Amino acid sequence: MDEIERMVNEVDEKYREGNVRIPSGCAICGYFSKKGRALPAIDAVDAMAYMHDRSNGLGGGFAGYGIYPDFPDHYAFHIFYDNEHAREETESFLKIRFDISNMERIPTKKVYGISGAPLIWRYFGRLEPEVKAHTELDEEEYVCQTVIHINTKIKGAYVFSSGKNMGVFKGVGFPEDVGEYYRLGDYKGYCWTAHGRYPTNTPGWWGGAHPFNILNYTIVHNGEISSYDANRRFMEIYGYKCTLLTDTEVITYIIDYLNRKRKLKLEDVAKVIAPPFWSQIEKMEEKEREKLTTLRNMYASLLITGPFSIILGYTGGMMALNDRLKLRSMVAAEKDDVTYVASEECAIRSICPNPDRTWSPAGGEPVIVELEKEGR
Amino acid sequence: MKRVYVNEEWCLGCHLCEYWCVFSASKETHFPFAFDGGAKPPAGIRVEDYKGINFAVNCRHCEDPLCLKGCISGALSRDESGAVCVDKTKCVGCHTCIAMCPYGAIVSGGDNMPIKKCQLCASRDHVPQCVAHCPNNAIVFEEE
Amino acid sequence: MIDYIQPDYEVVRNKDLCIKCKVCVRQCANEVHQYDEKRDVLYADNSKCVNCHRCVTLCPAKALKIVKTDHCFKPSANYTTEIIKDIYRQADTGGVLLSSMGTPKDYPVYWDKMLINASQVTNPSIDPLREPMEIKTFLGRKPETVKYREDGSIEVEKFPNLELKTPIMFSAMSYGSISKNAHLSLARAAEQLGIFYNTGEGGLHEDLYKYSLNTIVQVASGRFGVHEDYLNAGQAIEIKIGQGAKPGIGGHLPGKKIGPEVSRTRMIPMGTDAISPAPHHDIYSIEDLRQLVFSLKEATNYKKPIIVKIAAVHNIAAIASGIARSGADIIAIDGIRGGTGAAPSRIRDNVGMPIELALAAVDTRLRDEGIRNNVGLVVAGSIRSSADVVKAIALGADAVYIGTPALLALGCHLCRSCHAGKCNWGIATQNPELVRRLNPDIGYKRLVNLVNAWSHEIMEMMGGMGINSIEALRGNRLMLRGIGLSEKELEILGIKHAGE
Repeated sequence: MDEIERMVNEVDEKYREGNVRIPSGCAICGYFSKKGRALPAIDAVDAMAYMHDRSNGLGGGFAGYGIYPDFPDHYAFHIFYDNEHAREETESFLKIRFDISNMERIPTKKVYGISGAPLIWRYFGRLEPEVKAHTELDEEEYVCQTVIHINTKIKGAYVFSSGKNMGVFKGVGFPEDVGEYYRLGDYKGYCWTAHGRYPTNTPGWWGGAHPFNILNYTIVHNGEISSYDANRRFMEIYGYKCTLLTDTEVITYIIDYLNRKRKLKLEDVAKVIAPPFWSQIEKMEEKEREKLTTLRNMYASLLITGPFSIILGYTGGMMALNDRLKLRSMVAAEKDDVTYVASEECAIRSICPNPDRTWSPAGGEPVIVELEKEGR
Repeated sequence: MKRVYVNEEWCLGCHLCEYWCVFSASKETHFPFAFDGGAKPPAGIRVEDYKGINFAVNCRHCEDPLCLKGCISGALSRDESGAVCVDKTKCVGCHTCIAMCPYGAIVSGGDNMPIKKCQLCASRDHVPQCVAHCPNNAIVFEEE
Repeated sequence: MIDYIQPDYEVVRNKDLCIKCKVCVRQCANEVHQYDEKRDVLYADNSKCVNCHRCVTLCPAKALKIVKTDHCFKPSANYTTEIIKDIYRQADTGGVLLSSMGTPKDYPVYWDKMLINASQVTNPSIDPLREPMEIKTFLGRKPETVKYREDGSIEVEKFPNLELKTPIMFSAMSYGSISKNAHLSLARAAEQLGIFYNTGEGGLHEDLYKYSLNTIVQVASGRFGVHEDYLNAGQAIEIKIGQGAKPGIGGHLPGKKIGPEVSRTRMIPMGTDAISPAPHHDIYSIEDLRQLVFSLKEATNYKKPIIVKIAAVHNIAAIASGIARSGADIIAIDGIRGGTGAAPSRIRDNVGMPIELALAAVDTRLRDEGIRNNVGLVVAGSIRSSADVVKAIALGADAVYIGTPALLALGCHLCRSCHAGKCNWGIATQNPELVRRLNPDIGYKRLVNLVNAWSHEIMEMMGGMGINSIEALRGNRLMLRGIGLSEKELEILGIKHAGE
């Protein structure tokens, strides 16, 4: 999109994510092969099409894991630019910190229903050994801060994917159109998650679409959490800056904080985010009771209330979780080595007509699937 | 049987119970009307004050009531709740019961006039008004 | 000598209703009501009336009311009646003016300028009648990191915390300033409610040691009644640095309230004024506070959280930050509208700041410095309703202290005459005749009712917001909007204006 088109499509900055808080409803789905088989992305696109009415054309996106086998140890940065100037500034910022092995425009295709796209680039890079040697931060934290810096300090640039051997593809439009736009038919991976958005704001900004990503974590989320500001203000104590003001952003940070920084196991992360009620905890056997009481007390401000269903993607695994009252629909299914999760069962059956088993996970009970050991 | 008991620890000597007792016996609905004709306590309950100790006294509705035994006109009897009650149309004001009561719980209504005593608010659905209106829970209505 | 001061109130007796039962005469400790036997007439000395409503409430004929006098000075917005009278009073006595309870001045009440959110369409409200609604609260320092043992269980650094069934506690009111029956009512209510009452600075009567599990013991600058058993008698120790009604000075208990039992409990002579020093004479700076915190921890084997209570003053955020680094587990902040049993009027009415601003500033500062989880935050100083509690928690408090509402539940009518020691309701007095008027059997039930009612309302409001756990409300300032506030006020409170 050049400057002329931009004038036509100019998004009212006032209502962009980050300037205003936008509640939204959504459709989500995800699937994961425990054996690490490369599953086609196009299934996710088809499944989302079945849940068309859960989106309103203001955002759709996909995340795939194991999709860049040629660059398994490189950080894959996917970046939106509003203009060439932002791209030049970002690239010079990146190049002094990363050894970039490959950079290109992400291949796209003209699709009816997709307009107003920014410039979309990707870079595969490794942290310069010199930088690594001198920073006080560990490598992941350094990369994380780099992304935050670009997103907050470089006007017109937005890193929307920054993990290794994984990538996010998202934009404004219905998810099936976004999938076609990014030519997802060309991608395969052991895990895919997808998101269709129903925001209550009128404009729609590409960066505001989901999945939301930081390092290897991606989150697709359906719901509006009422604990948002309590969660946000806690995360900001630990240096996270919630610039988009979206639920998904803060949930991703919470998981990053608990799982990556505090080394909490994912099943315990789920117990912090969506803990059992005190009345349930009191009835548990002593060890479990003490553990959950301690976790609930120490990370009290990370409890998320309000309706949500989320699918977390991470290297080698996928976790689906509902809020503790299960105020959002979410169905899971299994067929052979593949586990499916979606807002609606129809979406699963559209791509897996005869699953071995389907079930509706209880509120607060995470569904966690990981690669079998030899598959890693 | 439920009786009215007083806990002197919480009795403030405010004497409100005496006035509610008069009101209760009067069958009036508006409190001040009970006192129009110059009615004055004590009636069925009486607060004794002595050196900072206050204690309200009322009929024990004894198991074997001496007053009832001594009544010469058959005015005293037990009602269905067990309360010892006076039939004012029969009482001749002879004061024998007053002389016989070991607790001093019966009060003269004047010469040749019916006596006054606690009837456990038989006319107020047996909700003793002294209990209902005690500001400090000093008077209670309960089984022994 | 001319008495320059005319009565503030007039007792109005409706002669049509009055039955001359004289309960007013018997119940007024101020001797306002009199009965003239010869004339069979009741009359009142208005100059003694403090407008406590004891006579009005007990009059069985409803024949009494107290009205504000319409006798007046020449009206002036500058030299108001109150100011003129205060000047006369000081010219009469040459003394510092004393008053009680919270300031009556009309400083802005920010609670009333904040509105609470509710869910509509985009997320559902939660119905507390049909879904669990959790308000259990832990107060104290939180560990940050978790270590896994081999068996999958977790290991964390343990800090002593207080567990509250509802985020409301009874604030410090000393035995001496209030009666034993008032203390007993508070203790029994705290026990039944699963919360805590606070001894205040007057020690702990031996009859109340049995409520240990629901007691916070206070150590103030006077150190009245402080000994080893006392320190270990509660679940937490509160170091009182200051009080919202009188920042910068110590407690003041008039000698007439110090009878044999108060004297024994406080370990001071009978009848002498108990005046706490303005500062703790072992705390002249923040590092001294740290030493007191740790000596109290030593004395109690590091088993009890230490609360540091301060009055809200101008530099509150920095002071709180210092306390959070001093080893204290909980900070309690008391605002300018907080109550007192006796304080110099000028200090009560002019020193300090509203608790809402102090709370917002402290919570923000502790978060900015990354030390919010080092401490629990309790606020006091005119929390008047469950809505105030919800707003305080949304601004960032963990729990609140209530003092005045608890006294109101016990019968207080806010006549603001506690310092006179003649409380007709048996609360702020040590006169046995008056103390007897507060039966703890009634008192504790009324306190339990009050806190239960508030808890229900808190749950209703949380449910409306779509929140079913109090921790998700804590610091959730997005749930608040200002109404009629300036940019600066909004900035300090950290909230947006309604409509934004």
